[in-house]
Amino acid sequence: MIMKSLFTTAAALAVSATALSAGEDSVLSVEGQTFVTQATAPAHAENLSEVFSGWVFRANETQALQLDDFDNPGMVFVDKGIDLFNAVDGSEGKSCSSCHSDVAEFAGLRAQMPRIVDGELQTMEEIINAMRVEKMGAEPWKWSGTQMTSVTALISLQSRGMPVAVDITADGAQSFWDRGKEIYYTRVGQLDLSCSNCHEDNYGNMIRADHLSQGQINGFPTYRLKNSKLNSTHARFKGCMKNVRATPYKEGSDEFKALEFYLASRGEGLSIESPSVRN
Amino acid sequence: MASGVKPRVKVPKTAAAGGVITIKTLISHKMESGQRKDSDGNTIPRSIINRFTCDFNGENVIDITVEPAVSTNPFFQFDATVPEAGDFKFTWYDDDGDVYETTKSIAIG
Amino acid sequence: MKLTRRDALALGLGATAASFLPYKAMAATSEEVVAAFTGGATVGDGGVTLTAPEIAENGNTVPVSVDAPGAVAILVVATKNPTPAVATFNFGPLAGSQAASTRIRLSGTQDVLAIAKMADGSYVQASQTVKVTIGGCGG
Repeated sequence: MIMKSLFTTAAALAVSATALSAGEDSVLSVEGQTFVTQATAPAHAENLSEVFSGWVFRANETQALQLDDFDNPGMVFVDKGIDLFNAVDGSEGKSCSSCHSDVAEFAGLRAQMPRIVDGELQTMEEIINAMRVEKMGAEPWKWSGTQMTSVTALISLQSRGMPVAVDITADGAQSFWDRGKEIYYTRVGQLDLSCSNCHEDNYGNMIRADHLSQGQINGFPTYRLKNSKLNSTHARFKGCMKNVRATPYKEGSDEFKALEFYLASRGEGLSIESPSVRN
Repeated sequence: MASGVKPRVKVPKTAAAGGVITIKTLISHKMESGQRKDSDGNTIPRSIINRFTCDFNGENVIDITVEPAVSTNPFFQFDATVPEAGDFKFTWYDDDGDVYETTKSIAIG
Repeated sequence: MKLTRRDALALGLGATAASFLPYKAMAATSEEVVAAFTGGATVGDGGVTLTAPEIAENGNTVPVSVDAPGAVAILVVATKNPTPAVATFNFGPLAGSQAASTRIRLSGTQDVLAIAKMADGSYVQASQTVKVTIGGCGG
């Protein structure tokens, strides 16, 4: 039933098969690598039978922007990330590359994030800032600023095409996962909506002029057409909470970290697409 | 000087002599249109890339006059004829007087 | 200084004339942008293709393409944008085709025009309505 509305809408938006459009039956393939954008839902997502990447819900023209690494506007920020990775910064006179000689060594990291380390929930932004402060003697970066998103995009790219592999069975994971799930299903704000009201109950439907996705985060950090830049998950969560007229949690807060953990697990089966292109 | 401006250009490594290739170019630039207002209600002045050119071994391929309606991080795709091996030079001109350049070489093969 | 009637009249006419001048330079209209490109010549149909989505997913970044074999230049106009001129593609001797793609901002639903100047000095035009919506919860 939901699937029908999804494909009907996609067909309605179909345009001629030029370089601009991906076509409604298209498969996501980048640089010869195919991505899983549709999979059987993990058992713990009890109200879903299938999971879909956000890519599937976008108009043909938006989908097409992700098909080639020179069409994808997020990739110029990956280039910036490379510059930042190699730049010396801080009192210790080091760059990231001083210790991490090849960024490809991070293959697989993004697929596991966020992760439990010594009983604590850790996001990629926290790893990067811990390195900067403790090892480089440098200032921490803002959670969703250009520098941080450029480097998380670079590191995430090393996992592109890999399946989401967040580990929710690790020691100490349960309480964070439960908290994230609770937040996902709690109504907030003046509009009194929970994440699930739109992204579980109504994905595939239109909300005004927007085609609702499942709110999966397998493509983050994502280049949004709306603000012409890379967006972190927490920046996106903030935007969603503002849209329902709720006071958002802070980026880097326990609430958003728990939500990110829970949401990552709802994407099990999908491929990492970072840096993706969304509206 | 506009900060953080970075070009990203795709040129194939080789082409047949006299062949046609597709070139994709992107540059990270805010393209401040001059329509937005800041929190005090003052108009933020226009500051955009206003022209883009591509030349090959000194001959022009394309010359684009760019207006504020071109999106942030301007993208241009176009075709070029490659008569011989050589260098593509890409130039972006900023309202503030800055000029950004990058060069890509191509071989015949 | 003593004003003669002639002086007073001249001052008054000058003030009136000044009140007809624009307060500041107004942005060109869509028609003016096209006229500046064509020099007022008649614009025909056919010979230029404009590819743009029927519904723009986001008005901030709308992919468009133009193609006019044999053209010297193509002008793209967003007829209802505050500044309607979008870009002019001037094709040089080493252009491999007279086609180009870019991404543009559209302030609302409007007609987008592509006007091509052909090698023989004639002008042709293509037009498409692009719907631009206010996002739902895309925020």
